[in-house]
Amino acid sequence: MDFNDSAEEATFRIEAAAWLNANAPSEADLAGLTDMQKAKLWQKRKSDAGWACVRWPQEYGGRGANAIEQVILNQEEAKIAAPNVGVFSIGQGMAAPTLQTWATEEQKKRYLPKLASGEEIWCQLFSEPAGGSDLAALRTKAEKDGDDWIINGQKIWTSGAQYSDFGIIVLRTDPNLPKHQGLSYFFLDMKSPGIEIKPIKQMSGASGFNEVYFTDVRVSDAQRLGEVGQGWQVALTTLMNERASIGGGGGAAGFKTAMDLANRINIDDKPAIEDKHVRAQLANWYVQESGLKFTGYRSMTALSKGEIPGPENSIGKLVGAPKSQDLASFAMDLMEQAGIVLDPDGDEMANLFQGTYMSIPGLRIAGGTDEIMANIIAERVLGLPQDVRVDKGIPFTDVPTSN
Amino acid sequence: MNFEFSEEQNLLREQARGFLQDNCSMKVVRAALEGDEPFNRDLWKKVAEMGWTSTVIPEEYDGLGLSYLELSVIADELGRAVAPLPFSSSVYLATEALIAYGTKTQKETWLPKLASGEAIGTFALGETQGQTTPKNLTTTGGSSVSGTKLPVADGDIADFAVVVTRTDEGDGANLCIVDLNQTGVVREVISTLDPSRSHAKITFNNADAQVMGEEGQGWAATQNIFNRAAILFAWEQTGGSDAALIMAKEYALGRFAFGRSIASYQAIKHKLANMYVKNTLARSNCYYGAWALDTTADELPIAAATTRVAGIQAYYFASKENIQTHGGMGFTWEFDCQFHYRRAKLLSVNIGSESQWQDKLITAVQQQNVA
Repeated sequence: MDFNDSAEEATFRIEAAAWLNANAPSEADLAGLTDMQKAKLWQKRKSDAGWACVRWPQEYGGRGANAIEQVILNQEEAKIAAPNVGVFSIGQGMAAPTLQTWATEEQKKRYLPKLASGEEIWCQLFSEPAGGSDLAALRTKAEKDGDDWIINGQKIWTSGAQYSDFGIIVLRTDPNLPKHQGLSYFFLDMKSPGIEIKPIKQMSGASGFNEVYFTDVRVSDAQRLGEVGQGWQVALTTLMNERASIGGGGGAAGFKTAMDLANRINIDDKPAIEDKHVRAQLANWYVQESGLKFTGYRSMTALSKGEIPGPENSIGKLVGAPKSQDLASFAMDLMEQAGIVLDPDGDEMANLFQGTYMSIPGLRIAGGTDEIMANIIAERVLGLPQDVRVDKGIPFTDVPTSN
Repeated sequence: MNFEFSEEQNLLREQARGFLQDNCSMKVVRAALEGDEPFNRDLWKKVAEMGWTSTVIPEEYDGLGLSYLELSVIADELGRAVAPLPFSSSVYLATEALIAYGTKTQKETWLPKLASGEAIGTFALGETQGQTTPKNLTTTGGSSVSGTKLPVADGDIADFAVVVTRTDEGDGANLCIVDLNQTGVVREVISTLDPSRSHAKITFNNADAQVMGEEGQGWAATQNIFNRAAILFAWEQTGGSDAALIMAKEYALGRFAFGRSIASYQAIKHKLANMYVKNTLARSNCYYGAWALDTTADELPIAAATTRVAGIQAYYFASKENIQTHGGMGFTWEFDCQFHYRRAKLLSVNIGSESQWQDKLITAVQQQNVA
């Protein structure tokens, strides 16, 4: 038992680090660019040299690397000061695996290389006002019209819709069939006539998501992935990859920042870190973070051996998000009355905890709520039966819905 | 990355699990709980014959000289089985104390017998309610020990004890090895919350003893021994937590209410999912602890405290929610849920409770930051 790379992994790590260090954009490269331009510049540079989407086959823009090599590359990239390429993660992490499984060869050759190079950005149009945790309850409909389908309805919580070139979308193509059977899966051009994008103002004040309205939007039948009525199965391919894309702990507010704060804030005229209650709280978060870290190492070991990681990693978001929320709340309590004072130019740490406090409720919901994640663990890991479903087997039009 | 047990170690796990399923079923645990025998001698003999008691003892003292990874695997399985054995007292505490602080003669006297299971050792620290410190120790001595220790796990059956005594020297404590079969030692079996493990009150009246390690360095030695033992106890806690989760799951699947299996209700599913989450965190931390023990890493104090806090929390949660999942039947004497609940409490107070270890963890992190 050790934390060391195998010989092949060590070679790959050296090669990756060497390339990253030699090619990370300099300050001069990035001067005057927007965040989007910086991201596109860096992604294109990686792609041109074969360091983007390395797990994909070479003909689609990758280099046929294995899973552990992807992890090593991510670790090495995290060590350098490169532009944030998060804008590509939904397209590369969710749309691309779906295309690789379900698209025609011609479509893969057309779309995957530009996804890898960051020249085209994709978004995911799944959630609806009536379909969140119960995603298959979505209502946005597509009706056949010659070789096209005509889309009407509304999607919600679409990250990056305003700058995306394409989107993957699940639509109701037959409302008379039971819920899951009446769905079909498409991809479409986000500049299509009839698409209207409105940013959602979150409770934090930020706008990371959109509502997307569809009014008689046409999409070609050739852009359907899977058979008509097979949309749920195709969507599962996307969703299985979503957990891999989102995961994580959420923000930088963790044990270390809370410990730093406890060192400089006083309780009863002594550093808060000397307070037993503070120490106990901090210890619990340390234990959770440590548990997640070493759970990750166990998964990496499985990858390293060419195995599929066990279900352990499904706990990441379920543990990490509530932990960050509680930690941020506790940190602000330590600041006492000043904990609520907002000053964007002021104390960085206060901003971090306040920002985390206001954004984490979203992470506990995005990509599967805490409750859905617990269901997934119960059903897929522990093998417990599904809940009774009163909408099973009846036409979607007859299913009771919210007001 | 190779953060996993080897094939040989996994094979050992399979063998250990199979052996304990055959030889240490819940019926065997119940017999220890309900019977008069302090522990299961037959099982102890078999366990020793398989070499479990000699796992990390060096070959020169008739041990197997294997690593702490093998011992971790065994601890995991013993915890899962709620084994009614003095294994932890003898192996994680007494054997470890001798390996770390014993003189050559002390080692030669006891290690071969510990390896063969012929001798049982234990560790005696606690005296009264509350945290034990060098300042409140009343048992005193070096070459002659006087005072009373309570409770001493397996103190009624052990052949010798490593006793923490008060001294005016150094850090305020000595670590003394005391043969328990002598006139200066009076032992009395006591009742505890977990009768599947026997406990005693031991009174020392000028009992012959020898100091282990350096005089007046007994408190530091105790901390070091506890750090190492904490990781092995955490493996037992993690194994027990997993067993409690499996027990709860199997019962929930077979128990029907309102026309369906209660395992299909989210209230139960989420309860079991939470158990799984805590167990997974504890197990992954145990991997970390095993690695730290195996390599004697500088961060051992951090790994020990992290692993112990996770182990305590997981086992308490799993054992109490297992009872809850069983409903009324879980509260009966007849059902086996109580074994885990009892053992969880024994293991959460035996070498320092959760709050002590939370505190130690932050202290260790502070020391690492300074270094």
